[in-house]
Amino acid sequence: MSYDVAIIGAGIVGAACAAVLTREGMSVIVLDAGGVATGSTAAGMGHIVVMDDSEAQFALTQYSQKLWKKLAAEMPVSCEFEHCGTIWVAADDEEMDEVRRKHEFYKTHGIATEILDEKALREAEPNLAEGLAGGLRVAGDSVVYQLTATTYLMDKAVAKGAVLKTGTRIVSVNDGDVELENGAVIAAGNVINAAGAFASELSPELNIKKRKGHLVITERYPNFVSHQLIELGYLKSAHGKDADSVAFNVQPRSTGQVLLGSSRQFGAETSEIDNSIVSRMTARAFEYMPKLRDLAAVRIWTGFRPATPDNLPYIGKIPGFENVYAAAGHEGLGITTSLGTAELLTDEILGRKPAISPEAYLPGR
Amino acid sequence: MNKISTDILIIGGGAAGMSAALAASSNRDLGITLIDDNPRLGGQIWRAELGKTKSPEALKLITAIESGRIGIVNNAQVFAAQNENSLLAQTPTGSTEFEYQKLIIATGARERFLPFPGWTLPNVLGAGGLQALVKGGLNVENKLIVVAGTGPLLLAVAEYLKSKEANVVAIAEQTSAANLRRFAFGLWRSPSKLAQGIALRSKLIGVPYLTDSWVESVSSPHVSKGSTSAPLNITFTRNRKTWTIDADYLASGFHLVPNTELASLLGCRVENSFVAVDEFQRTSCENIYCAGEPTGIGGVEASLIEGKIAGFAAADNEAEARLHFAEREKTGKFAERLNRAFALRDELKHLADDDTIICRCEDVSYGSIRDFDSRREAKLQTRCGMGACQGRICGAATEFLFGWEADTARPPIFPVRMENL
Ligand SMILES: Cc1cc2nc3c(=O)[nH]c(=O)nc-3n(C[C@H](O)[C@H](O)[C@H](O)COP(=O)(O)OP(=O)(O)OC[C@H]3O[C@@H](n4cnc5c(N)ncnc54)[C@H](O)[C@@H]3O)c2cc1C
Ligand SMILES: Cc1cc2nc3c(=O)[nH]c(=O)nc-3n(C[C@H](O)[C@H](O)[C@H](O)COP(=O)(O)OP(=O)(O)OC[C@H]3O[C@@H](n4cnc5c(N)ncnc54)[C@H](O)[C@@H]3O)c2cc1C
Repeated sequence: MSYDVAIIGAGIVGAACAAVLTREGMSVIVLDAGGVATGSTAAGMGHIVVMDDSEAQFALTQYSQKLWKKLAAEMPVSCEFEHCGTIWVAADDEEMDEVRRKHEFYKTHGIATEILDEKALREAEPNLAEGLAGGLRVAGDSVVYQLTATTYLMDKAVAKGAVLKTGTRIVSVNDGDVELENGAVIAAGNVINAAGAFASELSPELNIKKRKGHLVITERYPNFVSHQLIELGYLKSAHGKDADSVAFNVQPRSTGQVLLGSSRQFGAETSEIDNSIVSRMTARAFEYMPKLRDLAAVRIWTGFRPATPDNLPYIGKIPGFENVYAAAGHEGLGITTSLGTAELLTDEILGRKPAISPEAYLPGR
Repeated sequence: MNKISTDILIIGGGAAGMSAALAASSNRDLGITLIDDNPRLGGQIWRAELGKTKSPEALKLITAIESGRIGIVNNAQVFAAQNENSLLAQTPTGSTEFEYQKLIIATGARERFLPFPGWTLPNVLGAGGLQALVKGGLNVENKLIVVAGTGPLLLAVAEYLKSKEANVVAIAEQTSAANLRRFAFGLWRSPSKLAQGIALRSKLIGVPYLTDSWVESVSSPHVSKGSTSAPLNITFTRNRKTWTIDADYLASGFHLVPNTELASLLGCRVENSFVAVDEFQRTSCENIYCAGEPTGIGGVEASLIEGKIAGFAAADNEAEARLHFAEREKTGKFAERLNRAFALRDELKHLADDDTIICRCEDVSYGSIRDFDSRREAKLQTRCGMGACQGRICGAATEFLFGWEADTARPPIFPVRMENL
C-alpha cells in the first residue's frame, strides 16, 4: 500500500497539512512518535497573531489569520476560539514612536489598528501599571485552544480517509518512503517532515534549534485581562541572539485563567522548570501588571519552539530530494502559521499557484 | 526572600513528622526544623484536637516537641524545590527558602473520592471532610447522615458524628463481610488497634454497619420545591438489591491516597503509587527520607514508628533506628491487611454515567474522557486534572477507573501566589 503523502508529526502543523491534503483528495498517512498534539503544540499559548518583524512573516501570519477566521466558523466551542485582539504595550515615548510606525505598517498592509494613549490603554486594561505610555490595539488577533484545534484538524483529515499512527517513530525520510524504528517501511509518493523542533534529526538539511519557553497559568480570574497583552520590547526578545530573554506577554483564556509568558532560551535541552527564568519572567510581568503578584499560579510548564536562524519556517521541498518536503521550524508562531503552511505546501505538491509568494520559506533559501 | 538553613528538615507535622523530629533531635549536634502547612501541628488526626487533646500519646509528643529544640514553622506550604538542597515554601508573609542537609518527607495522605451520579451535589462530602467541617463548628445535631465508602475512617467519622448528636442512619461499607472478618481476625495481632476497633463499634450501637453495600447515586429531588424534607435522596445497592434513603448529608470516602507529590517532584522513586523506601526509610534520592502514609497507608501507629526510624537514621543514629524495625514489621503487616480488606471492588468502576463529573475543577465529565488512552492525553484535550486542585481528586479516581498512572509532579505542587514563585 502506498500513500500519496506521509506526514511525520501530528502537531498542529502536521495536522493542518493532513486536513488540507485530504480536502484535496490525496491519500495521507500521519505518523507520530507520541500522540496528537503532544509536542510543542501542547506547550504553546495559542495566540493567533499578525507579526510584522519581516515582510515574509507578515504575509504568512496575515494569510494564516484569514484562514483561522474561516475555520473558526466551523470549529466546535471546545476549540475556544476568541477574538480578544492584541494590545502591544508601549512603556515610554520611544516605544510610542514604534507604535506609530507599526500602525502605519499595518495600515499599508490592509490591517486596521488603533493607537491607544496612556488613558485609553488603562481603560482597555485597568490592571496594567500606571504610567505606561500607551499601546497599539490590533482587534483582528485572536486566541485558540490549540490542543483541541489540532485534534479537530486531525479528525477532519481522518474523516476524509487519512490514516493516523501514533506511537510510531520514524528514523529516516527518503524519496518514496519513510522508515520506522522497527525497520518497517511505508511507501509514499511524497513525504512531509513536520517533526517540529526535532525535524533536523530526520533532515539535517534543516537548521532547527530548540528554543525553550516557560509559561505560567493561574487559577480563574474572569476579566482580569481582556486582550492578549505583549510588551513592544517583545521583538527584541524574540530576535535577540542572547541565550536567555524574557518578555511580558499575558493572555486571557476563555476559562478565566491568565496565561503568562514568556521566556526564550537557546541551549536548554531538557524540559525542566528553571526557577531563575520563572522569577525573571514574573518580575518583568509585575512591572507591567503589578496585580499579577496576587494571583495564584496553578501550573508552570515548558516547551520548545522550533527555531530557524532567520525566524521563518521551512515550507517546501528539501534540497537534494525529489519528493521530501519540510513543514517545520515555526518558532513561536506555529499555531498561527500552521494553516498557511498547509495551504502553501499543498499548492506546491499539486503544482498550483499559491496565494502568497512561497520563496522566503523554501528550505533552500 | 527569607532563608532558613537547618541540618534536618521535616515536611509535615502529623504523627510521622512529629515523631521523626523528636527522634532526630536526640542528636544534640544537629539543627532540626519541622514545617507544616497548617496553623497547628498534629496532622490529620490530632490537628483539630490540639489545645484540648484527648489522646495522651499525642499530648506527650506535642509537649516534647514544643519544649524541645526543634524549630517549628507552621503555615508554611512547600511548593517547589529551589536548589539541589533547598525547598521553597509559601507562608502568610511571602515565601521562605529552607535549606537542608537531610530531608524527611512526611506529607501524609488524603481521602480518595470516587465519582457516582450526584457526588458533586451540595451536602455530599468526604467522610473526613464532613468531620473537619463539624470540628470547625458545623452543627449536625439531629441531622440524618449516611456514611459511605470504604475503610476504617468511616467508623471513626460515624462515631465522631454521633458524639455530636447526629443521627447516623447507616454506614455503607463496600467491602465484603468475608474480607472484613479476615481483617478483624488479623487484628488479634495488633492489640491496641483491636481495642480501638471495639471501642468504636460499641459506641456505634444502633448504627447499621452494612457490608457489601455502596451508594449508587444521589439526587436532591426535594430542594427545588422548597420542601422541608431532607435534601438528599440516596440510592444504595446491596446484594443486587437497591433501595433509597433520605438524608441531610452523605459523608463518602474511599480510604486514603498518599501525598507523594513532593517526593515525586524531588525525583524519589514512586512504585505502585507509594514512595519506595529502604529499611532506614531512605528514598531512592540521597539524603531524602520518607515516613508515614506516603510509603503505605498504615494508620497512625505505622506513621509514628516510621517517623522514629527515619528521624534516628537521618540523625546518624542507625543503631537506635534498628531497634524499631521489629515494631515496624508488625505495623507493616497491619497496613497490608488493611489495604487488602478495603480493596475497591470492580463494580465501583461502573457507577459514573457519561454526565457524571470526574474533574470538579474543570467540569470534565466521565463521557468526555473515557475514550482516552492516557491521563496526559485526556488532560491536554479536556483539561481534566488541570484545575486548582491539580488533579489531586480526579487523579486518584482516574487511576482506579482507567488505570491511568499519575504524572511526575511539577512545581508548583500547590497553587501559589505568583509573587512567591
Ligand atoms: C512557550 C511557547 C509559547 C508559544 N506560543 C505560541 C503562540 O502564542 N502562538 C503561536 O502561533 N505559536 C506559539 N508557539 C509556537 C508553537 O507552539 C509551535 O510553533 C508549534 O506548536 C509547532 O508545531 P509543530 O507541529 O511544528 O511541532 P510539534 O507540535 O512539536 O509536532 C511535531 C511532532 O512530531 C513528532 N516527531 C518528532 N520527531 C519524530 C520522529 N522522528 N518520528 C515521528 N514523530 C516525530 C513529535 O512527537 C511531535 O508530536 C509557542 C511555543 C512555545 C514553546
Ligand atoms: C481526612 C482524613 C481524616 C482522618 N481521620 C482519621 C481519624 O479520625 N482517625 C485515625 O486514626 N486516622 C485518621 N486518618 C488517617 C491518618 O491520616 C493517619 O492515621 C495518620 O495521621 C497519618 O499520619 P502522617 O503523619 O503520616 O500524615 P498526616 O497526619 O496526614 O500529616 C501530614 C502533614 O503534612 C502536611 N503537608 C503535606 N504536604 C505538605 C507540604 N507540601 N508542605 C507543608 N506541609 C505539608 C499535611 O497538611 C499534614 O499536616 C485520617 C486521614 C485523612 C486523610
